Amino acid sequence: MTWVRKHLVLILGLLVLVYTFIPIFVVVLMSFNDPASRLIYRFDGFTLHNWANPCEDPSMCEALGRSIQIGLLSTLGATILGTLAAFALVRHSFRGRSVANLVIFLPMAAPEIVLGSSLLALFVGAGFAGQLGFWTILIAHIMFCLSFVVVTVRSRLAGMTDTLEQAAADLYATPAQTFWRVTFPLVFPGILGAALLSFSLSFDDFIITNLNAGNTTTFPMYVWGVAQRGVPMQVNVVGTVMFLVSVVIVVGGELNSRRRAKALS
Amino acid sequence: MSQVVEAAASEGPSDGPGEQLADPATYDGLALRALTKHFGSFYAVRDLDLDVPRGSFFALLGPSGCGKTTTLRMVAGLETPSSGAITLSGKDITYAKPYQRPVNTVFQNYALFPHLDIFENVAFGLRRRKQKDVDKTVREMLELVELDTQARKKPAQLSGGQQQRVALGRALINNPEVLLLDEPLGALDLKLRRSMQIEIKRIQTEVGRTFIHVTHDQEEAMTMADTVAVMNHGVIEQMGAPAELYENPRSTFVANFLGQSNLIEGNIKNRAADIVTVDMHGIDVSIPAPRAHAPGDRGWVGIRPEKVLIGEVGEELDAPGNTIPGGVVSDVSFVGVSTQYLVRMPWGQELQVFSQNTGRHRLFAVGDQVELSWRPEYAFLLDAAQDAFAGAQKLDSDG
Repeated sequence: MTWVRKHLVLILGLLVLVYTFIPIFVVVLMSFNDPASRLIYRFDGFTLHNWANPCEDPSMCEALGRSIQIGLLSTLGATILGTLAAFALVRHSFRGRSVANLVIFLPMAAPEIVLGSSLLALFVGAGFAGQLGFWTILIAHIMFCLSFVVVTVRSRLAGMTDTLEQAAADLYATPAQTFWRVTFPLVFPGILGAALLSFSLSFDDFIITNLNAGNTTTFPMYVWGVAQRGVPMQVNVVGTVMFLVSVVIVVGGELNSRRRAKALS
Repeated sequence: MSQVVEAAASEGPSDGPGEQLADPATYDGLALRALTKHFGSFYAVRDLDLDVPRGSFFALLGPSGCGKTTTLRMVAGLETPSSGAITLSGKDITYAKPYQRPVNTVFQNYALFPHLDIFENVAFGLRRRKQKDVDKTVREMLELVELDTQARKKPAQLSGGQQQRVALGRALINNPEVLLLDEPLGALDLKLRRSMQIEIKRIQTEVGRTFIHVTHDQEEAMTMADTVAVMNHGVIEQMGAPAELYENPRSTFVANFLGQSNLIEGNIKNRAADIVTVDMHGIDVSIPAPRAHAPGDRGWVGIRPEKVLIGEVGEELDAPGNTIPGGVVSDVSFVGVSTQYLVRMPWGQELQVFSQNTGRHRLFAVGDQVELSWRPEYAFLLDAAQDAFAGAQKLDSDG
C-alpha cells in the first residue's frame, strides 16, 4: 500500500498519458490494418498495403493536397499580415489602438460556427455564392489564423525593449538594416511559432471550411464525408505521418533549445 | 556693496554656466546652444548651453530625473530637441539621424545584441559602414578591452564587467568624435565599478577621444572626469574641474550633492574687496570674496566636514579664524582612518566633523564639550534663498 501511495503521482501521470495516447495508438495500428470490411472498424490482419498505396482513393489524396496547399498559403498570408499588425500594435501608438487590440481577439473568442456562418453570409451577400471554393476557404483561414499570429508575435515583441534597435541605429544601421539585422532575428522564434500554429489550425479546420467550401473538399471534409460509408485505412496512414511530422518538429525544437541553453551556460 | 561681491565672484575660477561660450560654427568640440526638451509641460532640459572641448573627459552629474540622460540622448540623436541646436566640429547635427552622426553610445544596460557573438557585436558598426579590415580592427579592439579570448561567445555567457567592456569596444571601434556613456557602471558591483572607472579612464587617455559620461555617482564623476557639470531640474548648476566644484560650490545643491557640507545660517555684516564677514550666531567668520555667492544680507556659511577642526575647550586649534565654542559631541562613528563626529552647537544645529586619526587628539566621546574652528579660506557662502538641504543624500532632521 505504501508503495502505491509513494508512486501515486507517477501512476496517475502514466495513466493520463496512456489515456491521451490510446487514440493515436489506434490510428497507427489501423494504418497497418487489412480490413475484412470497410464498415467494421476492427483490426483484422497486418498489411503494408495501405502504406504502399496511400492514394488508392484518388479523391483522398486530392483533398489532402488541397488542405496542404491551403494550409501553406494561409500560413504565409496570416504570418505576414499578423506580424505587420503585431508590430503596429506594439511599436506605434495610433488612434484606435486599444480597440484594435481588443477586436483582434474576436476571431479566437467567437464560436467557429458563428464565424463560419457570418463569413458565408458575407460571401453570398457580396455576390460570391457561385464561387465558393478554394479562394473563399483561403480567405476564411487567413482571417482566423491572423489573430493567433498577432497574439503570438505581439507577446514576443512586448518582451523586447527598443533599446537594441536604438543601439543598432547608434551603430550606423539604417532603419531597414536595423530591422533585418536586429529586430527580425530576435522576433523570428515568435513568428516561426505563429506559422506552425497557423498551419495546424488551417489544416484541421472543419466547421468554417465546410460552410464556405462550396463543392471543394479539404482533407477533414473528406474524412467526415467517408465516415458514413467506411473510412479507408489510408486515412490512418495520413494521420500517422502527420503525427510523426509534429513529433519531429517538437523534438527537434526541444533539442535545439537545449543545445542553445547549453551553449549559454 | 553687492556689486563688489558679484564682480569678485565672476573673476572666480568656477563661474560655470555663465562662462563665455565659443562660436559654434568654428568650435572644434561639441556645442549645445539653448537646448530644450519638454515632454508636454514637463521640461526635462531647459535652455542648456554647453561647450565640451575636443578630447576631454566630461561628466554630466545629477540626481535621477535631472535631464542628464535626455541631454545625452539628444546628442546621440535618439531624442529630438524641442528647440536649440547641437553642433559638432562646427557641423549642425541637431536633427541628424542617429546613424548619420559620428557619435556612439555605451548604453546603461549595454544593449548588446543577444543573437550575435562578441566579435559580431563589436564588428556591427564597421560592417554597417562597409569598412575594410573588419577582422583586424575587431581583434585590436578586443585586445584593447581585454576580451580577445571571448570573441566567439554570446553576450549572455559573459560576466557583467565583460559585457560592459564589449559595449565599450562596440562603440569605440567606430572611432566616434564623441563617445557617450550613459551610467555605464550602474549595474556593476562596487569593486568592479572602481576598477572599470580606472579602465575607462585609461582607454580614454589612450584613444584621446571626447567622452561624455552621465552619472548620478559624484565620486565616479570626480574620479574620472576632467570637467564635471552638475545638473539639476534640467539646467546646469555649476561646471568646472572636480576639485574646483568641491572646494568652491556656488549653490547649496552642489554643496550637498558633491560630498557633504555643513551649512550654517548667518547675517552678512561687511563686504570688503577680498573678504566678506558674516555674523554666524554671534560669532564673526570671514569668507574670501571669490567664495561668497550670496547676493543679499543673509547667507549660508558652508564648510566641508573634513575642514572642520575639533578640539578640547580652550585648546589652540590650527586655524587663524575664530573658535566656535559650546559644542557638545552627540554622535561618534569611528571608521579607522578617521572619526566622524556630530557636534551639537549652542544654536541647536548638529555639525558634521571628520577628524583624521593622526593621534594628535584623543577620541572624543558622546557628551564631551568641544570647540570647533576652520581656516577661513575653506569656507564658502551661499544664497540664503536656496534650500539648505537641496541635493542632500538624506535629510537631517535637525538644522
